[in-house]
Amino acid sequence: MTADTDTRGQVALRHLSKAFMLNGQPLPVLRNLSLDIRAGESLAIVGPSGCGKTTLLRLLAGLEQADSGQVLIDGRPIRGVGTERAVIYQEPRLLPWLTVLENVAFGLEVRGIGRGAAQDRARHHIRLVGLADFEGAYPRQLSGGMAQRVGIARALTVQPEILLLDEPLGALDAMTKLTMQEELTRIWAEEGVTMILVTHDLEEAIFLADRVLVLSRDQGVGPRLIDVDLPRPRDRSQQDFVAMRRQLMAEFGLH
Amino acid sequence: MTLQHLDTPVRRIRGLPAPPVRAFLSRYGLVFAFLALWQVSGTLGWISPAVLPPLDAILGALWTGIASGALVDDIAISLQRAGLAFGAAVALGIPLGLLMGQLRPVECALDPILQLFRQTSALALYPVFILLLGLGETSKVFVIFWATLFPTLLATIGGVKQVDRKLIEMAESYGAGRLQVFRRVVLPASVPAIFVGLRLSATTALLLLIAAEMIGANKGIGFQVMNAQYNFQIPLMFAAILLMAGLGLAANAVLVLLQRRLCRWSLD
Ligand SMILES: Nc1ncnc2c1ncn2[C@@H]1O[C@H](COP(=O)(O)OP(=O)(O)OP(=O)(O)O)[C@@H](O)[C@H]1O
Ligand SMILES: [Mg+2]
Repeated sequence: MTADTDTRGQVALRHLSKAFMLNGQPLPVLRNLSLDIRAGESLAIVGPSGCGKTTLLRLLAGLEQADSGQVLIDGRPIRGVGTERAVIYQEPRLLPWLTVLENVAFGLEVRGIGRGAAQDRARHHIRLVGLADFEGAYPRQLSGGMAQRVGIARALTVQPEILLLDEPLGALDAMTKLTMQEELTRIWAEEGVTMILVTHDLEEAIFLADRVLVLSRDQGVGPRLIDVDLPRPRDRSQQDFVAMRRQLMAEFGLH
Repeated sequence: MTLQHLDTPVRRIRGLPAPPVRAFLSRYGLVFAFLALWQVSGTLGWISPAVLPPLDAILGALWTGIASGALVDDIAISLQRAGLAFGAAVALGIPLGLLMGQLRPVECALDPILQLFRQTSALALYPVFILLLGLGETSKVFVIFWATLFPTLLATIGGVKQVDRKLIEMAESYGAGRLQVFRRVVLPASVPAIFVGLRLSATTALLLLIAAEMIGANKGIGFQVMNAQYNFQIPLMFAAILLMAGLGLAANAVLVLLQRRLCRWSLD
């Protein structure tokens, strides 16, 4: 990849606040959140349902605007969506009238790259997610896991510095999920991207992340950051991994 | 791992015809039975052939009409009327529907008046159109256009509005502007719904064509139906009706074919 991948893709949150109006009442979701994410880091965001994980990710994506505070990427405040970021959602969000190849090339085409060049680059990433034989298939002909991999390939094809993932594996069955976690780790290592991953699966967070951000719905309890100091490749059955999981579960008052 | 070897091959039950034939029969069997009953009831005298001529007499009348060129003129003028009206309805309905589906204020402003127009039967308005446009071609084409417009327009609006917000957001997150979102997401996503409207419109166009031609026309298939009945040329009357049915089927088939070409991704 390019020489400066190591230094690009820094994310800084500065006093980020966001509230929604609910029945005429402001509902604070994020309050004065500050955080520095290193370039090339893998950060997982966990927390109970409704604590603001998706909201935070949408703010980072530029799909939502903060009430106050800033998101800085490589030192510059963001304004809306940007070409250095790509989002992967819980659902694959493929365009059903496009083939796998056309779907993966879509992001590039929207950004003004010609069809031929876009599809050449798309092919590379389709191979990376192991779908080379399905370039001509339509989304309805794919399984859930395959469709999700197409979505991932589409995001990778635009070569983002920062990959934003909102429960990307949440809808998959247990087996596919494990394979995809391996693949995400591999892709993250190979592409050198900053990865910000929302998940409600603590094991997934520990498996993938350098650090875990724990958000809370309780106004009194602020967000906490937990280092995942485990060697890679990680082994879910290893003692330290299990200990780490227990520690994270304790954060939620679970045992 | 595959479980293919566990599948037992489907064996054909002896005595039943091969699958394609069976599929054909199960689909068109009733049509043939109906036509056979028609033919038999005429020839066996169950119903007076003067009222319900046997099929061969009708087909004979149809053939004579076409061979002599008499019916050809009627077909041509009818196709022209329905085609013009349908074309105009599509040319206005689709763009207007796309606009209304996309822009909330436009829809808000236009919806009440459209509802009012739509709920007023086109046939009830035909005398008004005749008063305004005269008894010639214009009023005929216009009344067909009027009735034909709404199915396409409403289906298009509906199609645009039910486009998955999540797909639009996906496109936006890659930096797509309004126009790109429209061209690459909204438009293709609406095509199946638009086709539903087009097929309804085509049916409506033929329906109104007959009605319009029954009043104050001296040519056209609808006129022939009335005229033949008036002159007691019952086989010719049925021939004209058959022609109408054929036209409807053909229009539908063309649209289905077009839909298959344009949205292979959405069909079965
Ligand atoms: N567009 C919106 N309008 C109003 N309220 C919203 C909106 N989006 C989110 N909220 C509210 O903000 C809070 C946080 O929502 P968010 O989707 O970020 O939660 P989450 O942590 O992603 O939850 P989950 O784990 O269930 O996905 C919720 O209480 C939700 O009701
Ligand atoms: Mg969420």
